[in-house]
Amino acid sequence: MFGYITRRILGALLVMIAVSTLVFFMLRLVPGDPIAAMLADAGSDEAREALTKKFGFDQPVIIQYFKWIWNLLQGDLGASLYGSNQKVTSILAEALPRTLSLACLSFFIAIAIALPAGIISAVKKNTTADHTVSIFAFLGLSMPDFWLAILLIIVFAANLQWLPAIGYAPLSSGFWEWLRHLILPSIAIGTGFSAIIARMLRSSLLGELKSDYMRTAAAKGLSDTSMVVVHALPNAMLPVITVLGIAIALLFSGAVVVENVFSIKGLGRVLIQGILNRDYPVVQGAVLLISAFFVFANLIVDLLYAVIDPRVRYD
Amino acid sequence: MPHLSAKNDEHSSANYSLMSRIYDAIRTNLKAKVGLIILTIFLLVAIFASLLAPYDPNEMSLDMMSEPSFQHLLGTDDLGRDLLSRIIWGTQVSLFVGFITVAISMIVGVFLGVWAGYYGGWIDMIIMRYIDLQWAFPNFIIAVYLVAVFGTGLLNIIIAISLAFLDDFARVARSMVLTIKEQPYIEAARVQGTSDFRIMFKHILPNSVGPIIVQASVSISYAILGEASLSFLGLGVSANTPTWGLILADGRSFISQAWWLGVFPGLAIMLIVLSINFIGDAVRDAFDIRHTEI
Repeated sequence: MFGYITRRILGALLVMIAVSTLVFFMLRLVPGDPIAAMLADAGSDEAREALTKKFGFDQPVIIQYFKWIWNLLQGDLGASLYGSNQKVTSILAEALPRTLSLACLSFFIAIAIALPAGIISAVKKNTTADHTVSIFAFLGLSMPDFWLAILLIIVFAANLQWLPAIGYAPLSSGFWEWLRHLILPSIAIGTGFSAIIARMLRSSLLGELKSDYMRTAAAKGLSDTSMVVVHALPNAMLPVITVLGIAIALLFSGAVVVENVFSIKGLGRVLIQGILNRDYPVVQGAVLLISAFFVFANLIVDLLYAVIDPRVRYD
Repeated sequence: MPHLSAKNDEHSSANYSLMSRIYDAIRTNLKAKVGLIILTIFLLVAIFASLLAPYDPNEMSLDMMSEPSFQHLLGTDDLGRDLLSRIIWGTQVSLFVGFITVAISMIVGVFLGVWAGYYGGWIDMIIMRYIDLQWAFPNFIIAVYLVAVFGTGLLNIIIAISLAFLDDFARVARSMVLTIKEQPYIEAARVQGTSDFRIMFKHILPNSVGPIIVQASVSISYAILGEASLSFLGLGVSANTPTWGLILADGRSFISQAWWLGVFPGLAIMLIVLSINFIGDAVRDAFDIRHTEI
């Protein structure tokens, strides 16, 4: 077990090194240089030269690469090409709590919807309740999250004026202030996510309900609730945990788009603004951080799986 | 010659059973039938867009932000452009990008997966390490990053989304090959001196087509959502081509005065993705692949 965990962690580290290499070289493959894009062909030759030197673009790519890795290891991701040349790490540090708040709340909302929906539709298979859950799950899967975000703004912000349509409030400004800014974006991201989990839970729970140990439990005279919740549900959660990795990918992708709808300056908005401005250091940093989270989340899912499933043996 | 014709029969029956399985799956499933009808309507709208659209999608008028009426069935936007016409033209991009990207990533991904799985060794290692690497990013983030690298525009969007979905197909194809290549009939073909290429693409591939089709049905809906999201973020086809994501992005600032700008383009995206999900679900049942049910 210990060996497995060590190998998985080392594997994840190797993936991150490869990811950072890929992220670096991909941007260097682009025809045309970022300096030209920055100056929009309007700058003088001196300005061009000064900028090229400033950002180290005059050096060979391989040197640039080792510099970038060296700086990366020291937690330095370079500086933004724009404005006051803010450090990329400080831009990301500002954005991170926003995206994390959003991701956690979306996750919470998704589970809060998916658990009861999945259990009801499995226990009451082929009833109206099951069909209703199924239809909602299909709608949730098919609805683009940014559209759901717009619909929520139209109803709850523009018309009812219950919740704000844009912006973010840090936790330090009060819990309720923080929460009310996040409710609509979190619902927009969490809905599709909850549809995936509810459907997965339904199908795996149906499998468990048919198994022999459930018949034994029924023969012992256990109540329906304890049969489902105590016996079937824990086993049914196993396959659900394996799709959590996929679902977390959707959560991050959702955050990228939905942050832009609500003008929340999280990782997603930083990334998209960086791309639109051709601010390459910022783009590199944001992509690296998002994939680090994703790799880390998948690592946790794998380790969790090893811990909770006694049938899984690792040498 | 009798040998050859027997072989042809066998192949056509394999194809028949595949097509008939999909056909039966759709025929016996209400949701799939509804899905097929909706998808067909959208296909027709895309093909006959120039006949169906009442106005030029980019033609501005003084009739700005007018509510849905008989003149403008879905209303107009802030520049007085007819929303219905823009949505009708947007169907073309959405469907074209959705299907072409999945076709490309399926062909390339399956080729890589079959190649890696069949030969094993260092070819497998190189291909699969790359696939693993791609696996480390969410698909949509890959697409966003590739657009950042290549730039926007139709061709670049197609390349970005196709590349983003490559790993899914390669993984599915490889795992199928690994189980099939140990079968006695593959051994028999090899003993007969059949070329590797022929074994891979004539003997192994037809038998792994089920999971690949299921993967394709999942990927098409994500590709359509992906294109819409990219367009919405301003990383789409172009500012002059009406796409559903772009129409929503343009209307975004006016939704408090003009709800129709926020509602109808998204409804189109949802309906088309819903129809594909309905069909995909039935196809998945037909091939009885439980673990991909997400």
